[in-house]
Amino acid sequence: MQKSPPTHGIDVSKLGGATEPLHIDDEETCLTVHDLQLFYGEKQALFDVNLKVPRNRVTAFIGPSGCGKSTLLRCFNRMNDLVESCRINGEIALDGKDIYDPHVDIPELRRRVGMVFQKPNPFPKSVYENVAYGLRLQGIKKRRVLDEAVEWALQAAALWDEVKDRLNDSALGLSGGQQQRLVIARAIAVQPEVLLLDEPASALDPISTLKIEELVSELKSRYTLLIVTHNMQQAARVSDYTAFMYMGHLVEHGDTRTLFTNPKKKQTDDYITGRYG
Amino acid sequence: MNDEATRKFTLRNWLASGAPWIWITAAGVGINILMVAGLVGLIAFRGLAHFWPADVVQFSLSGQARTVLGEIKDEERIPAQQMRESGVNVAAGTEWVKRDLVKVGNRDVSGHDFRWVLEQEVTTRNKPRDVVVIERREWGNFYGFLREIHENHRVVADAGRVWAALPLRLQRALDLQARIHHIEKRDIGLINYQLERLRLQQRKLELQHRLTETVRQSIAEQSQALNARFKDLQKKATALKAQSSRDSVVAETATGQRVEISMSKIVRVFRPNAMSVVGKARHYVAKLWEFIAEEPREANTEGGIFPAIYGTVLMVLLMSAMVTPFGILAAVYMHEYASQGFIIRGIRVAVNNLAGVPSIVYGVFGLGFFIYGIGAHVDRWFFPEALPAPTFGTGGLLWASLTLALLTLPVVIVATEEGLSRVPKFIREGSLALGATQAETLWRSVLPMASPAIMTGIILAVARAAGEVAPLMLVGVVKLAPALPVDLNFPFFHPERKFMHMGFHIFDLGFQSPNVEATQPLVYATALLLVLVIIALNLTAISIRNRLRERYKTLDH
Repeated sequence: MQKSPPTHGIDVSKLGGATEPLHIDDEETCLTVHDLQLFYGEKQALFDVNLKVPRNRVTAFIGPSGCGKSTLLRCFNRMNDLVESCRINGEIALDGKDIYDPHVDIPELRRRVGMVFQKPNPFPKSVYENVAYGLRLQGIKKRRVLDEAVEWALQAAALWDEVKDRLNDSALGLSGGQQQRLVIARAIAVQPEVLLLDEPASALDPISTLKIEELVSELKSRYTLLIVTHNMQQAARVSDYTAFMYMGHLVEHGDTRTLFTNPKKKQTDDYITGRYG
Repeated sequence: MNDEATRKFTLRNWLASGAPWIWITAAGVGINILMVAGLVGLIAFRGLAHFWPADVVQFSLSGQARTVLGEIKDEERIPAQQMRESGVNVAAGTEWVKRDLVKVGNRDVSGHDFRWVLEQEVTTRNKPRDVVVIERREWGNFYGFLREIHENHRVVADAGRVWAALPLRLQRALDLQARIHHIEKRDIGLINYQLERLRLQQRKLELQHRLTETVRQSIAEQSQALNARFKDLQKKATALKAQSSRDSVVAETATGQRVEISMSKIVRVFRPNAMSVVGKARHYVAKLWEFIAEEPREANTEGGIFPAIYGTVLMVLLMSAMVTPFGILAAVYMHEYASQGFIIRGIRVAVNNLAGVPSIVYGVFGLGFFIYGIGAHVDRWFFPEALPAPTFGTGGLLWASLTLALLTLPVVIVATEEGLSRVPKFIREGSLALGATQAETLWRSVLPMASPAIMTGIILAVARAAGEVAPLMLVGVVKLAPALPVDLNFPFFHPERKFMHMGFHIFDLGFQSPNVEATQPLVYATALLLVLVIIALNLTAISIRNRLRERYKTLDH
């Protein structure tokens, strides 16, 4: 395959992930998607997706609008169940167990697989109560335990220094970037295994975006992260593995460095070099 | 020519700019405010004026030796022809005759409270300084002049010294009356209540065939002890009554007749023509307080309306406590859990239509279903010892509150559903994504955010229920209730008791009282108080709602 120079200004030296190419089969698998098909009523949105998501790595999903990236992401924590007309065929396994099994405890699944949405959605409560929300759901009531957990989560989300004096102020008074980090803190407070991030920085300014990206790189040591993004530079900067999707199909999936410098499929190459998308 | 063009231009422009609509809508608001203010103002003026001590006027009438003494309550202009037809001699050429409605009181002497005085027969009017008004417990007000004070039928003060000697003796009589009232209402009332409970206890055991001789003995002993105490208290009360009727006042009416009034029957004595503005103001405040805090006297035409206020507020609170959980639960189920198919849509239509059913129909339903249906069964199962006297098989506070809760349920359901649909989807998604079940999401995130809308529903429910009278007449409101539904006798809360209600009180005063002219200002005063109570309830609910709004503001608001 000929090497086409990326024309979106992707600096090879700034590619995320390891300096040498990673191999998916050498990694421990966290999530496995097997022959996944998704229908909204009569319309099929995902076609036979097969994918392995490695543990403690960042996997990015790129592709043009409407290609099914967010839909696929929402399958991992069964948020698509909220849509009445949605049907699933196939299997998604978390640590080897199918999450679409009828006996699965869905709230517990959603605790293990946390989600951060595109637009920051803090609850209209105080900063403290936002982060403690998930902990209280688990039945934790002791003030000291909550205090420690809240502080830990805010530190891990790189927000503690900015809010430690206003824990009891309304979360809606924070800036957009701070709110998004608060949402991340809220999600990691319940000790998930996987974090799903649906275009987490698309509604933010460049500086906040940078902070979020730094945070993502830090978080991968503890969690498995899946990030959907429109921004290819961001995917290149931040992720270890990238999956390119088009019109509901998973076109190519591999380690980021290889995919961006030496894509296997022509479709991927066309998208990356901006010929369409 | 040029001006013509510009003028048309600006008129069309003005119409298109929407400015006329602003004027029209502002006028609408203005008219509304005027109507409300006018209504409340009229009620306030006619009601509050009642308590101000009016001057007492003495009319000398032509052709009569005796004078008329009383307060001018109203004046009228009627056609002279009407007067001529009723036999009064009116000078030829006059079209209209003016006459005053004078409250002369002294119903025990003259047989009527009011009389008309024609302007044409009045020769002089004056306001003698020493005219007294005596408010009494029977026979209404007395207007006249004080002559003597008697103690045990002996004259102890007369002429000039009467007014000075009066306050001390009157205060003594009032204190004694208060103590008698306390003994009769509280102490004897408590004994009666306990005797009744013993009787019911015995009857209950009889019906269950568990009445042993020892128990019967013990009950008999307790009853005896209570009866003995009752006799004691009665003796005390009788002695006090004798004491309080020791003093009496002899007064003379305008027609020269002398009347002896026992001080135990006097509530208040004052000289309106001799009072300063400060004195009148203090009198006004005292009467206002009596209106709010005391019980009614003389078939609800005198005294206060405290039991009615109490009953109204208690019923509204009980109704709110009942309608809120049921309304919220129904709305949550319909909006959050039920699949939005044909059945649920049908139920929603039915609920909305319930809001349009006339309130008297709810009253009839309450009577038939709650009282005669459920109440009769409750009596048979839980209170058989009281039968044939019904406990819950008759109207009462519980059934009245329940009936009104049904009446206002549709409002709360609709408002709650509206509030739930306004909660943004991202809040629910955020909560679910953290591992909450739907119930937890509802309880911790959605319902708190919908609480301002729920409060709005409750406000509307309270406003509607506080003003309803027709259904209440069927399910538990009475003209005069012997006791309050919440008092100091165990178990303290008596939901089976009948109660008084301000709305019904207005109807009763205005249309069912023996003395309509006397009660007319009371009708206005009670109406004003009802409006004020509803305003107070609404303001409380609105302030709660505002605080909830502040707390749960999202970015979109």
